[in-house]
Amino acid sequence: MRSFLFVLSALAIVGLAFWAYRENYATQQSLREVRDLHDRIGAAHARLTVLNAEWAYLNRPDRLRDLVELNYERLELLPLTPEAFARLEQVAYPQPDLGPILETIETSSDGEDRP
Amino acid sequence: MIRTPLRPLARILRARETGENPDVIERENKRLRHEAMRDRERMRAEGRLLVLGSMFVGAFFVVGMRMGALAATDPSEPRATAAGSAIMAQRADIVDRNGRVLATNLETHSLYAQPPQMVDPVAAAKGLAAIFDDLEEEELVEDFTGKRKFLWIKRKISPEQMQAVHEIGDPGLLFGPREMRLYPNGPIAAHVLGGASFGREGVASAEVIGVAGVEKHFDADLRDPARDDAPLQLSLDLTVQATVERVLHGGMTIMNAKGAAAVLMDASTGEIIALASLPDFDPNSRPRVLTEGDASDSPLFNRAVQGVYELGSVFKIFTAAQTMELGLGHAETLIDTKGPLTWGRHRIREFRNKNYGPFLSVTDVIVNSSNIGTARMAMEIGAARQQVFLKSLGFFEATPLEMVEAASGRPLLPRNWSEISTMTVSYGHGISTSPVHLAAGYASLLNGGTRVRPTLIKRDAPQVGERVVRPEVSAAARDMLRAVVQEGTASFGDVEGYRVGGKTGTADKPRPRGGGYYDDKVIATFASVFPADNPKYVLVVTLDEPVETSDDEPRRTAGWTAVPVAAEIIRRTAPLMGLRPEIEPATLEGVTLTSN
Repeated sequence: MRSFLFVLSALAIVGLAFWAYRENYATQQSLREVRDLHDRIGAAHARLTVLNAEWAYLNRPDRLRDLVELNYERLELLPLTPEAFARLEQVAYPQPDLGPILETIETSSDGEDRP
Repeated sequence: MIRTPLRPLARILRARETGENPDVIERENKRLRHEAMRDRERMRAEGRLLVLGSMFVGAFFVVGMRMGALAATDPSEPRATAAGSAIMAQRADIVDRNGRVLATNLETHSLYAQPPQMVDPVAAAKGLAAIFDDLEEEELVEDFTGKRKFLWIKRKISPEQMQAVHEIGDPGLLFGPREMRLYPNGPIAAHVLGGASFGREGVASAEVIGVAGVEKHFDADLRDPARDDAPLQLSLDLTVQATVERVLHGGMTIMNAKGAAAVLMDASTGEIIALASLPDFDPNSRPRVLTEGDASDSPLFNRAVQGVYELGSVFKIFTAAQTMELGLGHAETLIDTKGPLTWGRHRIREFRNKNYGPFLSVTDVIVNSSNIGTARMAMEIGAARQQVFLKSLGFFEATPLEMVEAASGRPLLPRNWSEISTMTVSYGHGISTSPVHLAAGYASLLNGGTRVRPTLIKRDAPQVGERVVRPEVSAAARDMLRAVVQEGTASFGDVEGYRVGGKTGTADKPRPRGGGYYDDKVIATFASVFPADNPKYVLVVTLDEPVETSDDEPRRTAGWTAVPVAAEIIRRTAPLMGLRPEIEPATLEGVTLTSN
């Protein structure tokens, strides 16, 4: 019985040692991946910063104003002025085009009161 | 275990035969047994002590080794603990009230040279001179072939320039990463932002430090890694700021002014929505500070914050408001305006020696901008009460704006506040303040009568400052300002739908080294509030030396110069700030009243 326990614990130690060995390498692999991910996050951050800066630069008011002036014929954009505000009643809604009446039906009320 | 009997039969029998006491034998054996037990116990205890001691020694040894190891190794980031965000080492962004970027960072490179490693210094110098226009080939050759082991060539280079330097292919030309501050909007809000430059520089990195404006005021805060990349949000509105600068620049050109400043402020929160000072500069390449001459000639000079001027008649409303606040009169009280008013050797006259008759109501004193009427009201108030009132509006100290230049915009007050000072200060002479002071004063007076302090940081709630005047006085002052626009000196300021109220001020510029005032140089100011019945915004426009030349005779008064510019600013910016014009009901045309 006792020798069986000895053998069992020895086997357990061998098993644990093998497990620890594998875990060690798995951890090192994970750490490498984490480092790689951190690098990629950093690079993505840097790229994002550049894109944000570029977005802000391309949308700077001076440039937008120049573009609006260059493309006035196509876009007809004007600065926002008080005239742009109106009341709802002042909006002229387009009237739906009903078209000419072509197929007329002639009706007669002759004899209505004499059934 | 084999125990030794205490009374061994053989010895007992022998003892009995010899007549000895057998108990002695038992005692002897008991003693021997106890001694053996004691020795065993001692051995065991000593063993335990030894184990315990060795454990302690081992533990101390491990701790000591670990301490030594920690002290001797380089620190490294704990990679295994999965932190969500890496520490941002870069300077935080600055954004406007809607989150649009005003200042951000960009990765670039710096270029440096190590001449000992160079293969062909002369060719390298030639190549560099071809890429960078401002580098001299001869100087570079001299540097590269001399004794120098290291030299900086360029602080910041663009990716294209970097590629071109790569193509020279000299191993002695090296690049270091650089983080530079970028202001994507160019000169817009330049004076507020200030600028940044490099502090301590190394090959691998350089410190970015703020040199002026908000950048310097919040320098430590912006560099704090604990901000975790949260941007600094200002109260400015980029669109409104750009519009104000554009309109102001146009106005400055038309009015032939030397400089101009505008402050647009939220009347209840004290937030500065736009702050412009012209001429301006590009913070990406900040010009050098003037070392000689007048600092105010430099584009770096912020006229709205640093420039203190005698702003003239715009101050009259404070005198009128205080008269009403103290109960010395109301809007319709008649004031003696017979001129000229003499005090000692000083004579107070109206503008162009006009005569407004013997009496004017307080409202008409403001509408006609009567110096004599205002001076008489100030005499009633007295110097002490006038000082307390102006102090409560913030005219005695520098503005608390969050930029380093704010502290230098300290108002100039009369050294000896005599009665004549009281009279001149009442119509804005003898006291020099910045346009931001004036905007804050107008906002405090007109928003219902509570003090607001100007700020550049976005706020969510109105400021609840100490009370300056009663709400009725504030409303009466607004009515007077509205009357100035409707029937007084600021008739060009009436923007349809926005019920603008305001006061003009035209002050002669003082000569630089004493000796009176210029005849043909003025500071024209228009301080306005809109809408006058429910004040939301305060706008102050100041033009430096404007001349309006559409007529034969040049016109310099604020009503002809500053007011039209301010009106155009209001017309353009009020819709941008979501202020809807109150459209007067249209009059019906072609309807005639008839009766039958």
